[in-house]
Amino acid sequence: MNKLWLVGILEAGLLMSQRPINTVLFPDRDRAQEITYLIKSDSIPARFGFGRVATSTEIARLDIDIRPDGKGLPAGEGKPVAGKVIFAQKCAACHGVGGVGGPNGSLVTTTDPTKKRPEKTIGNYWPYATTIFDYIRRAMPFSEPGSLTDAEVYNLTAYLLNANGIIDDKAVVNAKTLPNVVMPAQQLFVPDDRKGGPEIK
Amino acid sequence: MTKKIIHINKLTGKLSRRAMLGGSATVAMAIAQTAHGKAVQEGLSFTELIPDDPTKQVGTLAGEVGTRSGFEKVIKKPSDISSRSPLQDFYGIITPSDLHFERHHAGIPVIDPNKHELVIHGLVDKPMVFTVADLKRFPSVSRIAFLECSGNFRTGKEAMSPQDICGLTSQSEWTGVKLSTLFREVGVKPNASWFLAEGGDAAIMTRSIPVKKGWDDAIIAYGQNGEALRPEQGYPVRLFLPGWEGNTSIKWLRRLELGDAPWQTREETSKYSEGIKGGKIRQFSFDIDARSIITFPAFPAQVEKGWIEIRGLAWSGRGKVVKVEVSTDAGKSWHIAELQEPVLDKAHVRFRYLWHWNGAETEIMSRVTDETGYIQPTFKQLIEARGADSGYHFNPITAWQLKADGRVLNKPENVR
Ligand code: HEC
Repeated sequence: MNKLWLVGILEAGLLMSQRPINTVLFPDRDRAQEITYLIKSDSIPARFGFGRVATSTEIARLDIDIRPDGKGLPAGEGKPVAGKVIFAQKCAACHGVGGVGGPNGSLVTTTDPTKKRPEKTIGNYWPYATTIFDYIRRAMPFSEPGSLTDAEVYNLTAYLLNANGIIDDKAVVNAKTLPNVVMPAQQLFVPDDRKGGPEIK
Repeated sequence: MTKKIIHINKLTGKLSRRAMLGGSATVAMAIAQTAHGKAVQEGLSFTELIPDDPTKQVGTLAGEVGTRSGFEKVIKKPSDISSRSPLQDFYGIITPSDLHFERHHAGIPVIDPNKHELVIHGLVDKPMVFTVADLKRFPSVSRIAFLECSGNFRTGKEAMSPQDICGLTSQSEWTGVKLSTLFREVGVKPNASWFLAEGGDAAIMTRSIPVKKGWDDAIIAYGQNGEALRPEQGYPVRLFLPGWEGNTSIKWLRRLELGDAPWQTREETSKYSEGIKGGKIRQFSFDIDARSIITFPAFPAQVEKGWIEIRGLAWSGRGKVVKVEVSTDAGKSWHIAELQEPVLDKAHVRFRYLWHWNGAETEIMSRVTDETGYIQPTFKQLIEARGADSGYHFNPITAWQLKADGRVLNKPENVR
């Protein structure tokens, strides 16, 4: 079979990947010609220059995440007694008095003998204390997200840790102490190590 | 039943009721079988517009937006927090956008695309802000892939349809810019190993994602099945991670932060983690395990004996489906099902198996094998492997009981 190979190379002298070879069949009266274009997309620039540089104020306004090492925690502090009052006002309707029961689930671990399995809560399931601050500040109270001050969130975090028996009544929660709180469930967490294949795991 | 008469202006194509009174010369009389939407506008029910003989009257004129036939009742099943795709009603592999499953943690936000921005910062050379229009200027990519919530298994009753059992999976053609393109644009630093993706909904949803996935095949998507994303699917932009548990494909995407460790957000600790053997809790289970389900015959269908084309969907988050087997004797013997092309990577695939049912009670089921050699397990195998406290990423073989009268019922299985 007669083949006519046409190789068109676009060489723009920049970098990046090679596009796949496109094969096009042209029906010809006498013979089928297979024309292959090698599209070498060397023409992708290192940068397109779209968008604009983000200012540090812009980033600070959005950057609300807290890491387990405490990175991101704001100034201020909280105590269980103060958190207890706020919880009763702003949270108990959905999460139960003292954080137990309630239509949107318990936040405090109890051992209810009538239940087959204990409810998964902060005390028995959450691996990092910093997540409590991060989550409450970003998403709670459900009906009024983003309405709490940092001080309120610190107090609520202190209260929930104390109610779960993890820190004592007098403990102070702040950017220094919170990352050091060791959660009971932390040692239970393992990353997924499955890679496919026949094993059921 | 009396049919109402609607007038159609021949020149403008507009429906007119006033003309009915006057009967002016510019208006031609016609009984219109209007589309459902128009019938509602005119205060008529769909059934009132069904003609005795559609060849004897002019039909609806061209419109701006098409509508589903009023004869089709194909709907999602909503709860407060999710809405399930009617898998048993689908043909082929694409999920109509308005029937794509929904799962959100604080409702669907209304976001103005002209104001929305995506910020990328952290371990990058140049922190950047991109408007939606900026994102659309970059080289684009389209890909057909499924999206499945990892909490996609329900059982416990016989009267359960595929929608009830695993309706939190859907498939679309997603269009957007490769995240790797944006990574290059901001200059991701070599020590960045994870990134945080954050949504602009009231949950300000966040997940930590290994940077490798961003380089591999992540898409910042703005298109779904040929049009803009649906609000339920993250309008105006979302992250799309092919093959990974749905929650990681953050919708209404507003921010990406590059870092060197996971953030341990609530959604990757308290939720989207599952109990495994030895009292351990597995997290960052990103890949969706291979799964298949027969969607016909399945509850609530009732079938007759004779030839039945068994049909279903199969998929794997780890690559391509290589084989689907069907059993019509409760798992004693298995037959290779036909796979409908195209068989795509990390995509729903349609399978079929032609079967002659003799009318005797039996159980039918399917199981998929993916390109890694993983074979979809039974419910029992999963419980044995993980213990009874499992939850997410539960992908067992679904068995349907075929009764002598042709009813098809789910076969509920219990942990204890
Ligand atoms: C109107 C009801 C409501 C109120 C009030 C409310 N919550 Fe919630 N809370 C919810 C819902 C609903 C969820 C689950 C959200 C989801 O589905 O992602 C939740 C989840 C949580 C969680 C995560 C639970 C887990 O195990 O993952 C915490 C912690 C929490 N709320 C704390 C609070 C605190 C502290 C307050 C008071 C400031 C509060 N909530 C007020 C409804 C409420």
